[in-house]
Amino acid sequence: MFDFSTLTSGFDQFLRGAMPEFWALTIEFVLVGVILLTLYAVLALILIYFERKICAAFQCRIGPNRVGIWGVFQSIADMIKILLKEIIPINHTDKFLFYLAPFFVIAASFMTFGAIPFGKGLQVFDFNIGVFYLLAVSSLGVIGILLAGWSSNNKYSMIGAMRSGAQLISYELSAGLSMLTVVVLAGTMQLSTIVENQHNTWYLFQGHISTVIAFVVYLIAGHAETNRGPFDLPEAESELTAGYHTEYSGIQFGFYYLAEYMNMFVIAAIATTVFLGGWMPFHITGFDGFNTIMDYIPSPIWFFAKAFVMMFISLWVRWTFPRLRIDQLLNLEWKYLLPINMVNLLLMVILVLFGWIL
Amino acid sequence: MNAIFNYASGILKGIYSLASGMSVTLKEFFIKKVTEQYPENRATLHISDRFRGQLVMPHDENNEHACTACGICSMNCPNGTIQVISKMIEPTVEGGKPKKALDTYIYDLGLCTFCNLCVITCPSDAIKFENTFENSMFTRSKLVETLNQEGSKLREKIK
Repeated sequence: MFDFSTLTSGFDQFLRGAMPEFWALTIEFVLVGVILLTLYAVLALILIYFERKICAAFQCRIGPNRVGIWGVFQSIADMIKILLKEIIPINHTDKFLFYLAPFFVIAASFMTFGAIPFGKGLQVFDFNIGVFYLLAVSSLGVIGILLAGWSSNNKYSMIGAMRSGAQLISYELSAGLSMLTVVVLAGTMQLSTIVENQHNTWYLFQGHISTVIAFVVYLIAGHAETNRGPFDLPEAESELTAGYHTEYSGIQFGFYYLAEYMNMFVIAAIATTVFLGGWMPFHITGFDGFNTIMDYIPSPIWFFAKAFVMMFISLWVRWTFPRLRIDQLLNLEWKYLLPINMVNLLLMVILVLFGWIL
Repeated sequence: MNAIFNYASGILKGIYSLASGMSVTLKEFFIKKVTEQYPENRATLHISDRFRGQLVMPHDENNEHACTACGICSMNCPNGTIQVISKMIEPTVEGGKPKKALDTYIYDLGLCTFCNLCVITCPSDAIKFENTFENSMFTRSKLVETLNQEGSKLREKIK
């Protein structure tokens, strides 16, 4: 399996040899930033196309099929359209917060990209608190949503933002606890170690029923955190026009749109890394020939394939279930997911203490 | 104890109903799509026979129609879409009366609401609606059609 860190450290050595350390680091930071931003934009375009096609198939339609072959350039055309649209200035808003809010949302989803291992050696930061960092940063977006609702000076935006706040704070608990279950199993929060530990078996299978429960709970909580249906009541069209981004137009609205899709990717990427072995190929202990063949597939392909399967499940749920009421939403979290999670955490501690893991 | 049992059975029932809902959408995901890609599929396009696209007057192989120029269709039309112009023809037999016959049957597609009243009230079933739907024109005047063909005449009743 090709290790990308040989490539990056070679480039680092070359830069440090050619110029002082300050300039070498500056060039590296800028390069990493540009690459991640490009990846972010390209992934968002692919995701929007992916979602539209999948959603069409669930509704027995074909989906975009006019711009380019199978409509692959549809999302690019949409992007050009949204870039050319006018940003309408709204009177009686809190101007500073109004223009600041989209950047909070987009920065929160972008910052998680720094810690996600996209492939073997393809990780920008390898924290020893990686899981904690991912959870903390991906929940920063709620600040942007609350600011957007408050500064818009619009009752629909305000109600949408309040609902979103209640929803995110509730479901963050479940997402954190299910992550904690895996941290108990892994004994570390460092994402690279978590991935390495899944060399033989994915964590989904290592902890028997306990990790399966944690996985399902994480998928539900993560899905709720992305504010997408059936948990889309912050932007419920039939009640709140568009919720917290009612007053936004042009590229500011585009930021919210982009952040929504990228949050879906981030949730899928975290689930992939923590439960499905990240970039680690699918290995079965004992089948050495099979394992070697699996190793020939490059690690980023493994990562993105798993992430896209996760996103397919997310879309499947989104296009199946009707929207929840706010009391049903909070019931699901506080009466069902949280107690199940607590018992599950206890179960995992017992499993680890007695060594009953694969 | 009962409360705990209800809680657990509620969770299981919920999981079962969610799973059955997801199986329905998964089946839908794989079935054949219903989208009609219209301009490309004109050769295979299926339009229902009952679709009312355009009023026509059927003529047989002898260039004969069944319209007696009674004007009931024109009277029943709510929009004044149909205009029946009749003429008097000389009697064919010695000493007979002159007969009323159809001269021009003018139908304005641009005014028609496709209500089918003309077809229902026609006593001799001379007109009907066809399912051809590509009727758009660049000017309104092209929508005014003459339904009876050149030189056509009334079909003689079989005695």
